[in-house]
Amino acid sequence: MSLSFVSQQCLRQSAVMGVAAVGGIRALAGGVRHLASVASTEGVPKQEQKRMKKFEIYRWNPDTPEKKPEMQTYEIDLNKTGPMVLDALIRIKNEIDPTLTFRRSCREGICGSCAMNIEGGNTLACLCRISDADKVTRIYPLPHTYVVKDLVPDMTQFYKQYKSIKPYLQRKTPSPDGREFRQSPEERKKLDGLYECILCACCSTSCPSYWWNSQEYLGPAILLQSYRWIADSRDEFKAERKQAFENEMSLYRCHTIMNCTRTCPKGLNPGLAIAQIKKEMALSS
Amino acid sequence: MLSRSVVRAGLKGMISATPASAIFRPAVALQARSTSTNNTTATTHAQGDEILRAQRLKRPISPHLSIYQPQLTWYMSSFTRITGVALSGALYAYFAAYAASPLLGLHLESSAVAASFATLPFAGKFAIKLGAALPFAYHSWNGVRHLIWDMGKELSLKGVYRTGYAVLGLTVVTSVGLALM
Repeated sequence: MSLSFVSQQCLRQSAVMGVAAVGGIRALAGGVRHLASVASTEGVPKQEQKRMKKFEIYRWNPDTPEKKPEMQTYEIDLNKTGPMVLDALIRIKNEIDPTLTFRRSCREGICGSCAMNIEGGNTLACLCRISDADKVTRIYPLPHTYVVKDLVPDMTQFYKQYKSIKPYLQRKTPSPDGREFRQSPEERKKLDGLYECILCACCSTSCPSYWWNSQEYLGPAILLQSYRWIADSRDEFKAERKQAFENEMSLYRCHTIMNCTRTCPKGLNPGLAIAQIKKEMALSS
Repeated sequence: MLSRSVVRAGLKGMISATPASAIFRPAVALQARSTSTNNTTATTHAQGDEILRAQRLKRPISPHLSIYQPQLTWYMSSFTRITGVALSGALYAYFAAYAASPLLGLHLESSAVAASFATLPFAGKFAIKLGAALPFAYHSWNGVRHLIWDMGKELSLKGVYRTGYAVLGLTVVTSVGLALM
């Protein structure tokens, strides 16, 4: 009742603002702040009832390595928590158990730090909505990785593999006019869907082939990154990049399972990128 | 220590008294806690390396196959592998048994097999044929799906699911058809 009253009032007031504040953004911003204060003083009904939800989280402590990894259950009130799984994790760490360990940074899906396995699928905790309160949410570290602590996986091998594909522009000739290496809008367009990768490792650690062969197989993330340079019109080491894949393991352990594309939190398609490399290699030699 | 806990209690009191937003509150709580747990020891770089090396030896591997969400993608892939192994395994087993049949006194010639198969009731015939036709049809149709993929087609998420359901449908239809032949 009172909620709808407040929103009605907000609407009416913003309509008034719309007429009065032709002056510009400044007046509008002031109006917004004013509305916020109206909402708090009018007294939005406090949601007294709790909405408790259980989270089962993988725990392992390197200080007590003899103790096996275990699942620990935490229960928090969703009415006091933000909408994303990362909000829940931060809340648990702040208010229930400060020893719970996980990586996080940007909380908006651009840093890739909070990649983990939530309800069976790899995703970024900051982009993953908390599911229904009556469902238990199980959270594991990225699958088949060495665990540093709790939800923190060891990314050493992943970064080494990234380094191995030389993820930078390589040229044999200098720019003809001594200026930047330029490309046409069409050539630039080929990099769309490739350059957005944030290297969160969700795809690589969702790939069964990568689970069994991560020592030698590069995995979807690294191969997509490699294709980002193979597809770049400015790069002059395409042949060398492809030559490096002429073995059984680096590229050809991809069996087009497509878990990578299914799980990518950025909506990219590593499976397609790998298929393009395979196709180019098959047709060029 | 005493002063610390007093500060903490004071902060906590402040938190519960002020109607701070939910976003603001944890930040304050974190600050209060970081002052209270300050029992770290200084190590040299070499000592740190030593600790890291000792930890790396004991790190567990996080769970994978057993916890990953069932999805059409990897389930169909694993069934392709399983049916491939089963089909080729059955073929090799039959040929090996056929080669050894004179020594073992078995009768595995086509005519003998056909004669014994003819004595089975319809349900038995159907079940055996279906048992062979299902993995065969599935593996063949998914092979076609892989050939389409290798041309770089149908490799979007939509394409993967569309072709996946098509393979499942075609498998059922063709294997029942083959079993009724």
